[in-house]
Amino acid sequence: MTESKAPAVVRLERVGKTFPQGQVTALQDIDLELAPGEFVSLIGPSGCGKSTLLRVIGDLVEPSAGTISVNGKSAGRARKDGDYGVVFQDAVLFDWRTVAKNIALPLEMLGWERDRRRARVQEMLDLVELTGFGDHHPWQLSGGMQQRVAIARALAFQPALLLMDEPFGALDEMTRERLNLELLSIWEQTGNTVVFVTHSISEAVFLSTRVVVMSPRPGRIVDVIPIDLPTPRTVETRDSPRFFELVTRVRELLRSRGEHLLPEEEAALE
Amino acid sequence: MRRVLRKLGEWLPAFVVFVIVVGTWEGLTRALHVQQFLLPKPSTIVSVFWTQRHSLWPAGWYTFKEALGGFAIGSGLGIVAATIVSRFRTVGNALMPIFIAANAVPIIAFAPIFGAWFNPITAQSKMAIAAVLCFLPVTVNTLRGLQSAKPRQIELMRSYASSEFQIWRRVRVPTALPFVFTALKVASVLAMIGAIVGEFFGGSLDALGVLIFSKAGVFQFDAAWAGILVASILGLALYSAVVATERVVLRWSPDARNS
Repeated sequence: MTESKAPAVVRLERVGKTFPQGQVTALQDIDLELAPGEFVSLIGPSGCGKSTLLRVIGDLVEPSAGTISVNGKSAGRARKDGDYGVVFQDAVLFDWRTVAKNIALPLEMLGWERDRRRARVQEMLDLVELTGFGDHHPWQLSGGMQQRVAIARALAFQPALLLMDEPFGALDEMTRERLNLELLSIWEQTGNTVVFVTHSISEAVFLSTRVVVMSPRPGRIVDVIPIDLPTPRTVETRDSPRFFELVTRVRELLRSRGEHLLPEEEAALE
Repeated sequence: MRRVLRKLGEWLPAFVVFVIVVGTWEGLTRALHVQQFLLPKPSTIVSVFWTQRHSLWPAGWYTFKEALGGFAIGSGLGIVAATIVSRFRTVGNALMPIFIAANAVPIIAFAPIFGAWFNPITAQSKMAIAAVLCFLPVTVNTLRGLQSAKPRQIELMRSYASSEFQIWRRVRVPTALPFVFTALKVASVLAMIGAIVGEFFGGSLDALGVLIFSKAGVFQFDAAWAGILVASILGLALYSAVVATERVVLRWSPDARNS
C-alpha cells in the first residue's frame, strides 16, 4: 500500500465482477481512487454496473477480480468498522420504529449509550430539517421527508463514506432539486466522502466534484470528468453556461458509447 | 367524549342490523308458529339462557379452558416450529409444502381418533384437538412472515455489520408479527370449534359441547341454543382478546389501528 500525501478513502484496482447466472460481466477493469471529501457520481445506462460498483465498494457484493481498499483496509474490515453509510432509492425505513428510532438504528448496532444516541438523533433531525418529527412513524411522512430520514440515519454515525444508490430517483423533480441542495449543504457541513449513483445527467453534474461515466456490457469506466463549477452551488448554478457545457459533455460521452444501447436505455439518459 | 361518540357511531350500523335480524327472527317464529325444535324464538333462548345460567356458564368455562389451553399450546408450538424451520432453508423447503397440504386436511375429522389416543372423558383430549387445529395455520403464517423481510432492509443491516441474530430480532420478527396476529385470530376461533366438536364425541358432563349435544338429543332445543349462545360469547371474547393484544403490540402499524 503506497501512502500519498492525501491517502485515498477508496482505491479500486482492476476490479471486476461476473455474476455466475448467465455469465454476465457486470464490471470489468475498474480503476478508481477517491480522495477524502470528494463527491463522486457514477452515471450510465441501466446495466452498466454502477449499482454493482457501489455495492462492491460497500462490501455488499463480492468482486470476482481486483482489489479494493477503504481507508487502507479491506472493504470487509471497513464494513465491520462501520465506515459506510448507505442510502437506497426507496428510503428503507422500518415501519415499526419511529423516525428517531430509525435514525438511532446504526447507533444501536455500534453499541452507543442511550443518552449519546438521543443527543445525536436530535442533531441529525436538525441537520435534515425534521426537528419535531422524531416521534412520527415513517408512513406519516411524505416521500421526500422519508428520504431525508434515510440520509440522517446514514450520516448519524459519521461514516467515512456515504454510499447513495439513486437516493432521489423515486421523487418528483421539484422535491429532487430541493433535496439536491440540502444534500450539498449537509455534505459541506460534514465533509463526508460521497459515492452517488444516478440516472440523471444534470443531477450528477450539479452535485459532484467528479462524474464517472460508465458504459454497459461489460460495465466499464468510459471517462472521469472533473466538475469545476464554483462552490457552494446554488439554484443559479443550473443556469450557468459552464453547467450546460458539462452536461453536454457527459451526454455526448454516454451517446458515443451508446451504439449498443436498447431504446429504453437511451430514453433513460434524457 | 368526542372519540367515544365517534366510536359509537361506527358501531351503530352493525347494531341496527343485529336488532333487525333478531327482531325479524322473533316476529316470524311467532307469526308462522314455527315448531320449537326447528327454531326457538330468541326470547325463549334468552330466558333459558338466564334460568339455566348456573349450569350453562360453568360448562362454558370448562370448555373455554380447554380451548384456551389448546390455543396456547398449538399456537406456541406453531411459532416455535416456524422459527426453527425458517432458520434452516432446506428444512423449510422440505416441510413447507407438507404444512400447506396438511393445512387443507379437515383435521376435525380426527376428533374421534383423539378420543382413542387420550382418555375421551378428559379435558386433555379436547385440548389436543384444539391445539392441532391451531398449529398449522399459525406455523404457515408465521413462517411466511419470517420470510417476508425486505431484502433491502437486510442489506442495510448488513452494511452496519449486524449479526444474523440482530437481523432476526430487529427485522425478521417485527416483519412477521402482523402475520402472526392474523394467524392467532384464526386460531382463536378454531380452538373453540375444536374443543366443542371434540366434546360431541364424549367428555365430562360439565362440558358445553356435551351439554349442547345431550340437550339436542332430548329435544330441549331452547337449552341447546342457549348453549350455543354461551359458546358464541366465549368465542368472541377469546377473539377480542387477541385483537386487543394485537392493537397494543402493533401500535406502530397503520393497518392494526384501523382494524
